[in-house]
Amino acid sequence: METEEQMSWFKRIKEGILTPTKEKKELPEGLWYSCPKCKHVVPNNDHIENQKVCEECGYHERASSEEYFKIIFNDGKYLELDADMTSGDPLKFTDTKKYTDRLKATQKKTKLKDAVRTAVGEIGDNQLVVAAMDFAFIGGSMGSVVGEKIARAIDYSIANNIPFLMISKSGGARMMEAAFSLMQMAKTSAKLSQLSKAKIPYISLLTDPTTGGITASFAMLGDINISEPGALIGFAGPRVVKETIGKDLPKDFQTAEFVLEHGFLDFIVNRKELKQKLIQVLNLFKK
Amino acid sequence: MATYLDFEEPIKELVEQIEQAKQIEEKSKVDVSKTTKALEKKLKEVQTEIYSKLTPWQRVQVSRHPERPYTLSYIKAITNGNFLELHGDRTVKDDKAMVGGFGEIDGKTYMFIGQQKGINTKMRQYRNFGMANPEGYRKALRLMHLAEKFGKPIVTLIDTPGAFPGLEAEERGQGEAIARNLIEMMQLTVPVICIVIGEGASGGALGIGIGDKVLMLENSWYSVISPENCSTILWRTWDFKEKAAEALKLTADDMLKNKLIDGIIKEPIGGAHANPEEMFQTVRKEIVTHIKKLEAVDSEKRIEERINKFCDMGVVVEPKVKAPRKSVAAKAK
Repeated sequence: METEEQMSWFKRIKEGILTPTKEKKELPEGLWYSCPKCKHVVPNNDHIENQKVCEECGYHERASSEEYFKIIFNDGKYLELDADMTSGDPLKFTDTKKYTDRLKATQKKTKLKDAVRTAVGEIGDNQLVVAAMDFAFIGGSMGSVVGEKIARAIDYSIANNIPFLMISKSGGARMMEAAFSLMQMAKTSAKLSQLSKAKIPYISLLTDPTTGGITASFAMLGDINISEPGALIGFAGPRVVKETIGKDLPKDFQTAEFVLEHGFLDFIVNRKELKQKLIQVLNLFKK
Repeated sequence: MATYLDFEEPIKELVEQIEQAKQIEEKSKVDVSKTTKALEKKLKEVQTEIYSKLTPWQRVQVSRHPERPYTLSYIKAITNGNFLELHGDRTVKDDKAMVGGFGEIDGKTYMFIGQQKGINTKMRQYRNFGMANPEGYRKALRLMHLAEKFGKPIVTLIDTPGAFPGLEAEERGQGEAIARNLIEMMQLTVPVICIVIGEGASGGALGIGIGDKVLMLENSWYSVISPENCSTILWRTWDFKEKAAEALKLTADDMLKNKLIDGIIKEPIGGAHANPEEMFQTVRKEIVTHIKKLEAVDSEKRIEERINKFCDMGVVVEPKVKAPRKSVAAKAK
């Protein structure tokens, strides 16, 4: 529908820009959210209210640890564990940048201490220990802090007989910690073996993306493994697999749906139903 | 025809000179034993000299030396041929990149498991370059449980450029297969020794790498990624592989210094490939000694120590005063 105003492009009524600079109104950044999948545009506030799930097509945008804590815990209340733990630099690692500088810059940018946060709180009538990863922190990569915080969260679960939920979201190992990073796979698995022996439920939620050493350790070891729609889940990254086989990959390769179909997930849950589903699972274990 | 690495050039020259001298001796019947003796002495010196100061990248090269002995050669030599290979994961197929079975040392049964590389082009393909699929890890776990059931100690030999990153590997759960091994190996009631004999690349190595004693041969490497791939990711090119090899601290020395392994096994002068027989006997002795010590420990205690060892790995920074963690009930934030 064309209005008079639009037509004025061709038939300019007034000359030049008439608004003085001081009266110019800036459009605040991030006011709108455009879904990368269906291009649906909504006000950002509505999008966040909708737990970062596109109201049109159900696309799940990546969420932070804070957002998951707010979704899961009653009234968004929780007690954070080991909140002040940060990375050392055992290898004095330098690539294009010093690891210590990279850490400092990332901490400043993300306001996070490292790539995982752990907390305990209530969900429905249950207590739950949750470890949630932050992709914003060096791709959610696992170094000593990630391994240690998860290990201690599991210790907390065991000591207090509280079920454990791991929300994975990571590209895999943190290369700047090399073999230290690798051994976090062993450490977290060691703790999970103790949790399992204590017969305390472990729910693993694999979110977009969960790959590499994360998939090859705690993420795949849940008593129940669940995921969100469309999440990328795999061991090798899709690019590497493509190079290996020299062919194009199937369309839904390494999506949560693909992984469910191949028998490595119990179910896929929409983020908006996550809390209810978790309560259901916890109650089933309890009763 | 022997293969020499670029930095082994002086060794190659000496070996050739010795051969020449021997040929001359044969043809002319002139006694040159003095010369050969001198040359052989020189060779030992040069080998010792070169191998005493290898750079991390050179060690990576040695670990991949085409004449370096692979898993089955170790097992066969160590057991003096008393080895019964067992096949299959009982679910999908038999993975040729992962071998295993019962073997005997001094009349005692052990379970041997390890990645196997091929010795020539055809065998390399057959063995998938030592890159196991999920069924390889599941076969390994099946054999470990078999050993556990009958109280046999387990020895794993690690030599892999990584777990296979193929399409079917993903379909059949490569990540799950490795993860399952990690958690299961932690609780094995029998003693477990893991020895990195060549390449120890990432999760593919760790998938059979949880043990009471984790040892590395002097010229092997163990890390989260190969130097080439590390270079590609961090510098976007393979050209920094030497630098990456150094930065990763992947040598046996560095791994021991960082308390990520329990010990180093010395290689013969000039590396394992220079004298495989000596290497096999050294490894055999290490296995026997360690298993004997481990078997003296109660199995519950052994498991606890195994778990604690891995849980101590890592370096984190924490404020001095630890926040109290008494309250189980959630507090408002």
